[in-house]
Amino acid sequence: MADAISELNSFHLDVLREIGNIGAGNAATALAKLLDKKIDMRVPQIRIMKFSEVSDVLGGAETPVEGILLQIHGDISGSMMFILDYPSSRLLVNILMGKPVESDLDYDELTCSALKEIGNILAGSYLSALSNMTNLKLMPDVPALAIDMAGAILSVPAIEFGKNSDTVLYIENVFTDGRDSVIGDLFLIPDDLSYGKLLEALGVG
Amino acid sequence: MAELIKVGMAELKVARHPAILTTLGLGSCIGIALYDSRTKNIGLVHIMLPSSSIATAGMNRAKFADTGIQDLVQEMVRIGSDIRNIVAKIAGGAQMFAFATQNETMKIGQRNAEASRAVLASLNIPLVAEDTGGNYGRTIELSSEDGTLKVKTIGFGIKYL
Repeated sequence: MADAISELNSFHLDVLREIGNIGAGNAATALAKLLDKKIDMRVPQIRIMKFSEVSDVLGGAETPVEGILLQIHGDISGSMMFILDYPSSRLLVNILMGKPVESDLDYDELTCSALKEIGNILAGSYLSALSNMTNLKLMPDVPALAIDMAGAILSVPAIEFGKNSDTVLYIENVFTDGRDSVIGDLFLIPDDLSYGKLLEALGVG
Repeated sequence: MAELIKVGMAELKVARHPAILTTLGLGSCIGIALYDSRTKNIGLVHIMLPSSSIATAGMNRAKFADTGIQDLVQEMVRIGSDIRNIVAKIAGGAQMFAFATQNETMKIGQRNAEASRAVLASLNIPLVAEDTGGNYGRTIELSSEDGTLKVKTIGFGIKYL
């Protein structure tokens, strides 16, 4: 199999961008409901980077970030990962729990389940966008959460991409209530056999 | 003060004394650190996957344990090391996410560690220390002074191998 990502042409990227757009729209609506606030989104950006650059995103390889990983089953299998930087996860959790937005997070059980729930809602928004566009039946598993160095969290999607490619592809999303912004990166990682199926279902196989 | 040289994901670098090679935020990847006590040459590779058997033409060799370690040893020899004087230390290979249902994809850290040990053994390079496994990220620094490998974590302290 040739390099799966470098084979993506601009049409493929447009499709991915569209999934990003619709997914982020769903995610903004879900966030607005959850936080009881008006939430806007910026146009999601598709980013492609080399492994050696991976450590420079999200504020550096040693910066603590939150990663939420969902396994996907159904017509295609694979995984989806949503990464929030520390300021974003702090903001979301504190709004959700009615605390001052600048309070530091202690990662107790309640905070972790709040983070999992946020990740679940956001990832679910993209998953339903993808499912609607492709007519594929996609079901997420219970999410797994990890809080650690950005490089270490990013190694998980990077390794999956590494099996077929020398680059990583992801969608960068920015949500804002007009004052504060939340930045989240979304990685969609179909298993080997699912990649073709997915592109085919999108009409670009 | 020795020069601090960064080695990114799927990269390899060697350096002559005095130098420090570092790789930041190792997760399921492995950092393989080589040290030659005679020349004080050091080398570090940040591998992502166990075997190049899945590679396609033109792929980055440094991302696989087998080709990455072979190339790193070659680079050490190129800057004047004798393979018989090289020893190795490895770190990383964590499982960052815990799932109720374990599948092979999630055990990639463990497989990376096993592959790294096997490749070193096949080249007769002694593995003198390792800090692998767990569920947390690691930053490592390899010093040419004495081959010490410093392992930093968030929440699990600092170790010297």
